[in-house]
Amino acid sequence: MKVLVGIKRVIDANVKVRVKADESGVETANVKMTINPFCEIAVEEAVRMKEAGIAEEVVVVTAGPEEARQTLMTALAIGADRAVHVVAEQDIQPLGVAKALKAVVEQESPGLVIVGKQAIDDDSNQTGQMLAALLGWPQATFASKITLGDGEAEVTREIDGGLETLTIKLPAVVTTDLRLNEPRYASLPNIMKAKKKPIDAKTIEEWGVDAAPRLEIVKVSAPGKREAGVIVESVAELVDKLQNEAKVL
Amino acid sequence: MVALVIAEHDNIELKQATLNAVTAAAQLGGEVHILVAGADSAAVVEAAAQVAGVAKVLHADDAAYGHRLAENVAPLISGLADGYDHLLAAATTSGKNIMPRVAALLDVAQISEISEIISADSFVRPTYAGNAMATVRGTDAKKVITIRPTSFDAAADAGGLAAIEAVSGPGDQGLSRFERHELSHSERPELTSADIVVSGGRGMQSGDNFALVEAVADRLGAAVGASRAAVDAGYVPNDYQVGQTGKVVAPNLYIAIGISGAIQHLAGMKDSKVIVAINKDEDAPIFQIADYGLVADLFEVLPELAEELDKQNISKNRGEP
Ligand SMILES: Cc1cc2nc3c(=O)[nH]c(=O)nc-3n(C[C@H](O)[C@H](O)[C@H](O)COP(=O)(O)OP(=O)(O)OC[C@H]3O[C@@H](n4cnc5c(N)ncnc54)[C@H](O)[C@@H]3O)c2cc1C
Ligand SMILES: Nc1ncnc2c1ncn2[C@@H]1O[C@H](COP(=O)(O)O)[C@@H](O)[C@H]1O
Repeated sequence: MKVLVGIKRVIDANVKVRVKADESGVETANVKMTINPFCEIAVEEAVRMKEAGIAEEVVVVTAGPEEARQTLMTALAIGADRAVHVVAEQDIQPLGVAKALKAVVEQESPGLVIVGKQAIDDDSNQTGQMLAALLGWPQATFASKITLGDGEAEVTREIDGGLETLTIKLPAVVTTDLRLNEPRYASLPNIMKAKKKPIDAKTIEEWGVDAAPRLEIVKVSAPGKREAGVIVESVAELVDKLQNEAKVL
Repeated sequence: MVALVIAEHDNIELKQATLNAVTAAAQLGGEVHILVAGADSAAVVEAAAQVAGVAKVLHADDAAYGHRLAENVAPLISGLADGYDHLLAAATTSGKNIMPRVAALLDVAQISEISEIISADSFVRPTYAGNAMATVRGTDAKKVITIRPTSFDAAADAGGLAAIEAVSGPGDQGLSRFERHELSHSERPELTSADIVVSGGRGMQSGDNFALVEAVADRLGAAVGASRAAVDAGYVPNDYQVGQTGKVVAPNLYIAIGISGAIQHLAGMKDSKVIVAINKDEDAPIFQIADYGLVADLFEVLPELAEELDKQNISKNRGEP
């Protein structure tokens, strides 16, 4: 079985994101970029399936600008076999990404697609579900455990009340949650090897995908700021303040 | 203009997040309907019909909808979409699972976790873990939306007198099957709607030590939450996680214990009315947003806090069912 993994290049989770003065977006100049953490988990899971002999090939795909090639390299260094780069300089929204991924799925015919549950930049949490809908495939979102069986998979999902386990028919789309696995650090030899792995790059127009934005970004502003309060000296003072000043007890 | 709110429920009880979604739907300015998709879910329909401001409740009762599997529920909703300008659900794990699938079936965008409604087509939503508030305008004719429950008051759960209409959809698509649940059982209030939340982080050092957090929570009738680090370490179950990728809470009082205050954690609690931080590191970032900070060893002060609450007779037993 072939496993296809969708990955996104995002601003690193440790960067303090700043809104641009003209409110047109966030500052990206000279900002550290990485693979979206949930996508890294998705790549790790697929590579483990290959190492366990369940998957034959792991193909990673990203839709994004020239620089996103770097993110594909990260995934290849973790252990993916090859990459597809849907080159698009403009910002693509989840429905557009889902359509691009669908085009790649139709070319590659994977038995399983794994994506992250959420990109930590747009915080959309949509792409996997949309891709599943477009393909007419089942979906298992927020996965913390995937067990592949014969023509189906059992997936445990992190839900509001605890955990839920589903059986889905394959092919299917699974989205990863934080506790699915802990991604490895790519070793130096694997980083070197990644440079020789094939990347198939074609523009989104060449793929024939309509990724026109459906949401107009009117403005992006900084959130309201919370001021630091006071430091109390004792538990008694804390309880007193909560009772008599904040009046929340 | 008519808006359809997808009910959040477990076939028995209508969940409070639905009431928040009804308020958001009402702000759009038109009529509000609720869809209850479930199995043997008559009690939920009854509750939904009493929600103030709701004109109609659609009821799709079928074994296929019993666990709200996205493969079965999404085509039901997209099939009903003709009569609606807006389709809304709360941004719970269920809403997040289903609504993007509905949007893609309709070939429209989905607008995730909005925190404010500006007009019928313009909304504010937090991005980058709440570091950037995006104002977006939907250009599709139909708007499929999830709403952040803590950003909208709950509609009154009584006083309404909605008409009830049975509807049906394509039923079981044969793509997925529910196997089992492992639900966390708790006598405490639900995390996302609790009046007070007490959360522990990596500083708790073990799951057993969470008993110290629970002792305080019990006296305050509070829900218990946690940082990702505490969940990853296995101290508490996954559904305790507060933050960018966990639950968003906005109680009257949030007490963060042994939590450093990473941006991803703040994303889930910084809209709380009053924030208290207890941390032994005076430079912990959590103090920059806390209304009251106590720089101390949690193992010393948590038992003291429980005792002080008893002494001041604050033990309200608000947690009792
Ligand atoms: C993609 C992604 C998503 C994430 N999503 C979330 C999320 O949803 N929610 C979330 O919480 N995090 C999330 N994180 C993780 C986040 O970045 C932090 O790593 C995490 O919040 C840290 O948890 P913590 O504060 O408990 O641990 P630490 O940062 O280790 O802090 C522990 C604190 O405890 C204090 N302490 C230790 N011992 C004591 C003592 N005896 N008495 C008093 N204080 C003590 C220390 O001074 C320290 O400040 C996410 C990260 C990523 C990359
Ligand atoms: N441009 C992209 N290219 C490839 N995969 C993507 C892209 N954007 C999002 N994804 C995938 O979809 C997941 C969820 O993203 P989102 O729906 O934007 O929150 C990500 O973790 C990726 O796995």
